[in-house]
Amino acid sequence: MSLVEIKDLKVHYPIRTGFWNRITDSVRAVDGITFNIEAGETYGLVGESGSGKSTTGKSVVGLEKVTSGSIMYKGVDITSKANRNKLDYNQDVQMIFQDSLSSLNPRKRIEDIIAEPLRNFEHLSKDDEKLRVLQLLDIVGLDADALYKYPHQFSGGQRQRIGVARAVATNPKLIIADEPVSALDLSVQAQVLNFMKKIQREFGISYLFISHDLGVVRHMCNNIAIMNRGRLVEIGTREDIYNHPLHIYTKRLLAAIPETNVNQRAAHRASRLAVEKIYQEQQSKYYDDKGEAFPLIQVSPTHSVALPENIAKQLASQEGEVQA
Amino acid sequence: MWKTILRRFLIMIPEVIILSILVFLLAKAMPGDPFTGSINPKADPQQIHHLMKINGLYDPWYQQYWNWVVHLFHGNLGNSYQYQEPVTRLIGGRAANTLWLAFFTMILTYAFALPMGVFAGRHEGKLPDTIIRVYTYVTYCIPFFVILVIGIWIFGYVFGWFPTTGSISAEASGGGWLQTIGSRFYHILLPGILGALFGTVNIVQYLRSEVIDAKGSDYVRTARSKGVPSKDIYRHHIFRNSLLPIAAFAGYSITGLLNGSIFTETVFSYPGMGLLFVNSISYRDYTVITALVLIYGILNLIGTLLSDIILSIVDPRIRIE
Amino acid sequence: METASNFLNIKDVSTAFKINGQYYDAISHINLQVHHDEILAIVGESGCGKSTLATTIMGLHDPAETKISGEIDFEGTDLLKLDDNGYNNFRGAKIGMIFQDPLSALNPLKRVEDQIREVMDYHTDLTTDEKHEHVLKLLDEVGIVNPKRTAHQFPHELSGGMRQRVIIAIAIACKPDLIIADEPTTALDVTIQAQILDVLRDIQKENHAGIILITHDLGVVAETADRVAVMYAGQIVEEGSAEQVFNTPEHPYTRSLLRSMPQRDNENDDLYVIKGNVPSLQKMPSSGDRFAPRVPWVPASAHEANPVMHEVAPGHEVRCTCYKGFKFPDQKGSVTA
Repeated sequence: MSLVEIKDLKVHYPIRTGFWNRITDSVRAVDGITFNIEAGETYGLVGESGSGKSTTGKSVVGLEKVTSGSIMYKGVDITSKANRNKLDYNQDVQMIFQDSLSSLNPRKRIEDIIAEPLRNFEHLSKDDEKLRVLQLLDIVGLDADALYKYPHQFSGGQRQRIGVARAVATNPKLIIADEPVSALDLSVQAQVLNFMKKIQREFGISYLFISHDLGVVRHMCNNIAIMNRGRLVEIGTREDIYNHPLHIYTKRLLAAIPETNVNQRAAHRASRLAVEKIYQEQQSKYYDDKGEAFPLIQVSPTHSVALPENIAKQLASQEGEVQA
Repeated sequence: MWKTILRRFLIMIPEVIILSILVFLLAKAMPGDPFTGSINPKADPQQIHHLMKINGLYDPWYQQYWNWVVHLFHGNLGNSYQYQEPVTRLIGGRAANTLWLAFFTMILTYAFALPMGVFAGRHEGKLPDTIIRVYTYVTYCIPFFVILVIGIWIFGYVFGWFPTTGSISAEASGGGWLQTIGSRFYHILLPGILGALFGTVNIVQYLRSEVIDAKGSDYVRTARSKGVPSKDIYRHHIFRNSLLPIAAFAGYSITGLLNGSIFTETVFSYPGMGLLFVNSISYRDYTVITALVLIYGILNLIGTLLSDIILSIVDPRIRIE
Repeated sequence: METASNFLNIKDVSTAFKINGQYYDAISHINLQVHHDEILAIVGESGCGKSTLATTIMGLHDPAETKISGEIDFEGTDLLKLDDNGYNNFRGAKIGMIFQDPLSALNPLKRVEDQIREVMDYHTDLTTDEKHEHVLKLLDEVGIVNPKRTAHQFPHELSGGMRQRVIIAIAIACKPDLIIADEPTTALDVTIQAQILDVLRDIQKENHAGIILITHDLGVVAETADRVAVMYAGQIVEEGSAEQVFNTPEHPYTRSLLRSMPQRDNENDDLYVIKGNVPSLQKMPSSGDRFAPRVPWVPASAHEANPVMHEVAPGHEVRCTCYKGFKFPDQKGSVTA
């Protein structure tokens, strides 16, 4: 059994119009997505702004009111608050945010920030609590004198690590990381990513890694889902997604990643423009009449794509030929 | 947009009903009765008892409230106990006086405050800014009624430049329309100027910080990188964007002015709603109090709506559909 | 290798900001040339001074809070000697600037057309109708599908990518010779980023402009730039053609940055982390190699006392001598202290 099983999750926001403010339509931020997160793995959820990836993350933590579908954890559907409380779900699942400055209370000292989840869940004695906070600071590579400082006294990378220390304080099983490094400089990003991998190895934590940066996702994630306008268009292993992408949307995202290989610049640009051309001209092949993604079709044990069955099979066999 | 405004008016109905119940009950909860103080102290308690009875003051509150509402819809707010005159007529004339004064004060306030706020913000940290800030702090610190009393003493009694009481002089009230308007204007001049000079602090400080914010904003940097000269940047970008919240504030400021009118009218014995209000409270004149509080409350609601409408007109980001 | 085709010559420029009454250099002794028909990328991490350099060229600093020295020779004029009015003849007309955050960089209360037309109001003699036509043409040029509609809209009604296109339209409205683009794609999705970079490249070809592209994204640089200047702690540490800097990076900082990027096939390894932190403005050392504390294993003797630029190949320059024989600690034959 997977750690978390998300099934047909939908989050719709009502649109109210007219004189009586009645609900006339809805924004389908998340529109029926299904995937599983295995224990100890990093699952990548990739999409552009407005794709619904952050809403999905918030639903998994319980910060979003789910319209329909289920999120199963230890065999229980945690979309209901009562079930979350029964399982100590909020202790087992924590979140790391993109903007470390605004997600840390500016008027609290680091000691109190990191101890907060401990105080909520563990009720340690004063001395034990302090010991634990020091331990956590040590894990994220910060000195003990950080205890009495305030968030603004740290650099962006250090703050992000404080955010991570707070998230791991309660020994969570799953951490939802929503764009955890996109506000950071390259060298600091490396530090935080290494560190996230380190605590995963040591504590067996699973991550739901939400990002728009396909380079970072490739580095971090074993399994990846590509999200487009509230739906998943492709699911697969790192190998499936990066080496044998099937959906045009995935191909388009991959083609747009800037490459550091200067010598291939012209070729890379040409291939990007070619993909873009297909994307513009063959919408009807890759999306249904309403412009929405098709249901996912499995093309290999690990790889699924949102295409009609015949097209999916045809593309997969083409890719297979390339492979051979 | 009209739909939304209409809807807002409909939403105001329950608000007004709740407001009217509250007002009615609060007025009833005041200690004392309207008769004990105002009639012959030797009067028979039986007599007062009788008066209370025929005026329905012993009925249960909802009964009294209901009667009041029924009368309200007939345009009848009851008779003032003190003046023995219909409340509608009593308030009618005074409301015009108050609005006239409030409107004049508001125009003067903006005329003083806008240039000061913009000037202070533009020259942030320099001498003119410091002077304006000291000025606003000083005016903020001195209680308004003290200012009024000092003002009326100096300009009214010592120099004798302005009238110190009433809304129109006796001789002008019988004269032609030009004379009437002139005299009325003469009577609101001093209270208007004092109210404006000492009521600027909010607008000046708010506008000042808006201008300072706008100066450092990215779109001003963009304008500078277009090669727009400094004075045009102030004219086309900074002023308009800084005035926006002030414009929206105008609706609310009506309420503030009406509150201020209570002091002004009392000190200047100016026959407006504020003075009437103060008098009615000392005489426990329930009918007048309830009517006035209701009017103030409704004006408050309208002010809020007005602010929303103004904001939606001046700020394209806010559109009420 | 510098030729007469330089039209922007930045000579020994330093910009210092006043902090608590004292001046501290945000950029020190910058020397750079920009040519027609090229994209020069300035790359570095936050706080390295790359944006300060841009705003210094544009003359956007408050003279009461900054001290600028050196010379910026633009087509024969020293920009740093100009007063505000003199500068206004260049800003918008001959030098256009593209800003990072397209939402806050546009005035929320003005329609797109008015914001683009404003540049022409000050630098051209066109009639109102001609300006209107030109606005529509510009919007079309930057890839807006329905120029008429967009011209009439307010910034908040546009998507992030469209806003950035409007910002570009403003910058190129008067066909400037020099365009400074400060992180033009940072706030955008990768697919939009690629489109915006295409637009920039097309404009450069069309107008024969020189573009200074300021970014922290090495990928963007590698895809777009002709020449690259790498900045660290207010100084240029390496400069060369894109091929030189990416194929044979020399300065330890450039090499460290490239090494800390997630690459294909290093998924199971830890990423390289540069030791220590960037020094703050107030704590910037006055002499010695500013990058030395970040490569503590390199012996002090390898650094210069006052590092200068050394030419390693024609057009390829590196600051300080420490690049010679530089190895990372985990590389074979590494130099240890």
